Order: sequence, then C-alpha cells, then structure tokens
Amino acid sequence: MKILVCVSKTPDTTSKIAFTDGGTKFDEAGVQWIINPYDEWYSLVRAIELKEKDASVSITLVNVGGADAEPIIRKALALGGDEAIRINTDSSDPYYIAAQIAAVAKAGSYDLIFTGKETIDYNGSSIGGIIAELIDVPYISLATKFELIGTTATVTREIEGGEEVAEVALPLVVSCQKGVAEQRIPNMRGIMAARTKPLKVNEPEAIEALTNIVSFELPPAKAGVKLVAPDNVAELVRLLHEEAKAI
Amino acid sequence: MSVLIFIDQADGHVKKSSLEVLTYGAKLASQLGVAAEGIVLGTVSDDIAALGKYGVSKIHHVSNNLLDHVDAQVYAKVIAEAANASGASIIIFSHNQTGKAVAARVAARLKAGLVAGACALPDTTNGFVVKKTVFSGKAFANVSINAPIKVISLNPNSYTTIAGEGTATINALHIAVDTPKVKVTAVNKVTGEIPLTEADIVVSGGRGLKGPENWGILLDLAKELGAATACSRPVGDAHWRPHHEHVGQTGVQIAPNLYIAIGISGAIQHLAGVNRSKVIVVINKDPEAPFFKAADYGIVGDAFEVVPQLTAEIKKLKAAN
Ligand SMILES: Cc1cc2nc3c(=O)[nH]c(=O)nc-3n(C[C@H](O)[C@H](O)[C@H](O)COP(=O)(O)OP(=O)(O)OC[C@H]3O[C@@H](n4cnc5c(N)ncnc54)[C@H](O)[C@@H]3O)c2cc1C
Repeated sequence: MKILVCVSKTPDTTSKIAFTDGGTKFDEAGVQWIINPYDEWYSLVRAIELKEKDASVSITLVNVGGADAEPIIRKALALGGDEAIRINTDSSDPYYIAAQIAAVAKAGSYDLIFTGKETIDYNGSSIGGIIAELIDVPYISLATKFELIGTTATVTREIEGGEEVAEVALPLVVSCQKGVAEQRIPNMRGIMAARTKPLKVNEPEAIEALTNIVSFELPPAKAGVKLVAPDNVAELVRLLHEEAKAI
Repeated sequence: MSVLIFIDQADGHVKKSSLEVLTYGAKLASQLGVAAEGIVLGTVSDDIAALGKYGVSKIHHVSNNLLDHVDAQVYAKVIAEAANASGASIIIFSHNQTGKAVAARVAARLKAGLVAGACALPDTTNGFVVKKTVFSGKAFANVSINAPIKVISLNPNSYTTIAGEGTATINALHIAVDTPKVKVTAVNKVTGEIPLTEADIVVSGGRGLKGPENWGILLDLAKELGAATACSRPVGDAHWRPHHEHVGQTGVQIAPNLYIAIGISGAIQHLAGVNRSKVIVVINKDPEAPFFKAADYGIVGDAFEVVPQLTAEIKKLKAAN
C-alpha cells in the first residue's frame, strides 16, 4: 500500500499578514513557516496510523515549493513519512500545483492520496479535487473519519447540513479535516531519523498556470468598537436594531 | 458564450447559497452582455422555473436519480458536459461543501482557470480579475484568470440575493450518468438547527461560559434571535458543544450578518473564522480581551448577567414591532 501525502508550507497562524512591493508580494519578514495544519494534524497523522497498523504501508510526502520548504518537509518526515519528493517550483495557481502532484501520483501509482481540507493561506480547497480528476479516481472531500479494511475505505465526510458515510474502493483522493486524526508532536528519534530519510527534488513538468495573483489587499480597518454599559443592555439592542439594522 | 450557474439542492430543495450564486452569475452575465443559465441535478421538488426571478433565462435539469447524492466524480462529468453543450465559458458554484467537492474537478476537466472562494464580482474591464479571500479572511487576493474557460466558486453569505421578476424555461438535459464509485451507506443531517454557514445571525460561546451546563442562556438568546449557535475551539475540543460548531481558522468559516461572541477572548485563529461577519458584538468581562478590537459593539460585563438581559430586551423589541 502506497500513500502519497501532500504537504504545503504556510505562515504560522499568528503571523501578521502584510504585503510589500505595492501590494503584490506577501511580506515574509518575521514570518514563521509551518506545515499547513490540515496536512500535518490530520492527513499526515492518519497516514502514519495506517502504517503503524500495517507495516507494508509506505508514506511518500510531496511538496510543490522552493528549497525554503525543506525545513517543513523534514519536520513532516520527523513525524513519520518514509521519503519525500519536492517539486522545485512555486505557484499560486491550483491547477498548476495539482497537476504537478498528479504527475507524481501517476508515476508512482499510489493507492491513496491525502490532502488537507485547504491551506490556511490560499483557502482554495481545490488541490485534491483537481488531482482526483486528472488521475480519474473518486474524491472524498472534507473527510472527518477515514477507516481502511483491505482496499476498501469507509469514510465520513461533511456535506451541506450534516455528514455522509460512504464506502469506496482504492485508489482514492481524500481531503482531511478535524476528526480524521489527532495532532502529534515529533519525538527526538523521529527528528534524528528524518535527517537521513530520502528527500528527492524533481524539476517541474511543463504545465501552464491558468491563473495568477495580480495584487493583495487588506480589509478596511474597523471603525472601532462602540461600548455599551453592562446595565444598559437595552441601548445595545436599540443600536443593533436602528443603527446596524442587524436585528 | 454564456454563464452557467450550478444550483445546489438537497432533498429536493434549493439551497440559500444557490440564490446567491444565481444573483451573482446573472449580474456577471449582464456585465458581459451574455446569457445566464442555471443547471440543477437530481430529483427536485421546489419550483425551479421560479428561480428565473434571480436573473436566469433558462435552467438545465438532469433529473437522473443517480444524482440525488453529490458524488464529485459523477457530478463533474455531467456539469462539464452540460457546460460544453450549452457553450458556457464561465461556470459558477457556491464555495459550500458541494462546491468544494465538485468545482475543482469541473475546472480540471475543462482545463479552466479556477478561483475558489471569490467574494466579489469579477473586474472585466481589463482581463478577468476575481477578488477572493486569502489568509483565512485576513486579506484578499485579486486573481487574474488567463484561460478561456473560467470556474468561480463564491463564498457563502458574501453576495446579496436580489429577486426581481421572471420565470426560467426548463430544459431537460439528457446526459449519460455514471454509477457512482462511492457507495453512500448513511446520511446524518443535523436536524432542527439552522446550518451554521447559512445563518444570518450566529451566537457563539467560549471558555468564559465555564462549562456545558451553562449553555442554556446562550441557547435562549439564539432561539429568540432565530440564530445558529457556534463555539470556540477549546469548547469543541472539550466536547462542551458538538465539534461541527467550532468556528475559526481550523473550524468552520462563517460570514453572517451578525455574530455575537460571548466569553470568547478573540484569539487570532478564532477571528480568522468570523472576521467576515458584517456586525460583531462582543460580551466579555475583560476590557482587554483582544476581541474588542475586532468588534463593532461591545459590553464589558459578566455574560451570566448580560446575556439573559439581552434575551429579554430582544423579546421586548420583537413585541413592540
Ligand atoms: C494552530 C491553531 C489553530 C487554532 N484554531 C482555532 C480555531 O479555529 N478556533 C478557535 O476558536 N480557536 C482556535 N485556536 C485556539 C485559539 O488560539 C484560542 O486558544 C481559543 O480561541 C480560545 O478560546 P476561548 O476564547 O473560548 O477561551 P479563552 O481564551 O480562555 O477566553 C475566554 C474568555 O472568556 C472571558 N470570560 C471569562 N468569564 C467570563 C464571564 N463570566 N463573562 C464574560 N466573559 C468571560 C475571558 O475574559 C476570556 O476573554 C487555534 C490555536 C492554534 C495554535
């Protein structure tokens, strides 16, 4: 059983979001980079759990990014991947990124491909779906549970207004969120082992990007909070009704 | 060339988010001077011709009951074929759970440029540039789509529905539908509650409420307002509330008209899930709570005293109107 886990490098959740070069570039000054939480906490940990149950499982991590993504790839390897592939290119276009991963997926004939539900920077929730379409396999979006018996997966996924339980045979692409697994912390042994695990660098396939980011904007600053005294709740209700027209 | 709008339905009923995308898609079509058409899949009981009042002239319907469950692979094939058949070059989805399952596959199938999570109409004066939320609502990106076919999924609650006049003609489309490879064995709908992502008003509680036994005051307020309920992550993690109520960067992202935060400190990760709310009210006993910086209205006070009064005052307001 071969599992491919997509890992993306994102700014830490507490990062100050700012832009430089006339609003065209994300300001990386002082930013701490992390593994996208959905990739790390849910998809990677679930893959590791599957390997712990069945030693024949192998886990390959794949990242589309520059050399500056290697620290987070090593961290993911410390958590438990067997090897990693970095596709040496960077883009904000979901099709371009997913098509690069799909090429790796095809070449390695993986049984299972995990992504996080979205990255916390571009919030597209689209990479898994594009990969699935390009390699023509089923796609389970927004999974909250994932079980595997033989080559049949039983999954629970979020749908409009609830959840759905389904069975599906591998191969498969799954986007993972809360519920699929619990966050883990890498241990010393894992960190040591990660140093010597193979991290292969592939040059990108010739694929055309279909979109590009022209500029970024920050939301307009809030005017400031209007405070109402705790013994004057009626005034808050009046403001919400008459001024904000929210109730 | 036309704009094709995917109309999401569940159990035969058209979703509120579909009315938003219909309005959005029709507006985009008129901006470009092209036709706006809808597409609906599966068995529907609602009167879909009446959706013409949101600005679409024609609605394609593929009524095969294999489409009663959303299967990303099957749906993508049908929608892509319908787009080809109707000559659509722009396809619009809601960025809801269905859109997240299907839109990207449709885009890949058509080799279309995709913007997922759009929050405004495209600027088509010079190219085709779509504004979308990034960094979990902390910023926007203007994304240029450079491919001839374009797929956009629109954030729920980010575009106001406008109903006018008109009826759409229904076109029964006959497209071969594959049998889904994914076999659905159970569907658990959260019943009797307003889905969080569709709610106009959300009342949310944090660790400041001390324990699950104290949620009554919050539920009373929500009931009075017809609001959905939400919570902060530690509250979900501690199982004080069901985990699907957890909002924030790692939970559900919402954009209601009114968000009332009770006993929530306003950590950056929490704000990332709620900062697109139009009006934010914060009730917290700590005047230094960071949430006040992101709020429109606030009360520095004890939730256990303030919230029941708020419920009572809203009752009064409703009685007076
Ligand atoms: C990577 C990462 C992702 C995260 N994702 C999320 C996320 O998606 N969503 C999320 O919510 N959090 C998330 N968190 C956690 C977040 O950082 C905060 O820890 C969390 O939001 C705090 O929850 P809280 O406000 O309920 O609790 P606290 O921070 O403990 O705040 C409780 C508040 O209640 C007030 N209070 C106490 N008693 C009363 C009273 N009687 N009346 C009125 N007010 C009272 C206090 O003044 C305080 O401000 C994430 C953290 C990390 C590191």
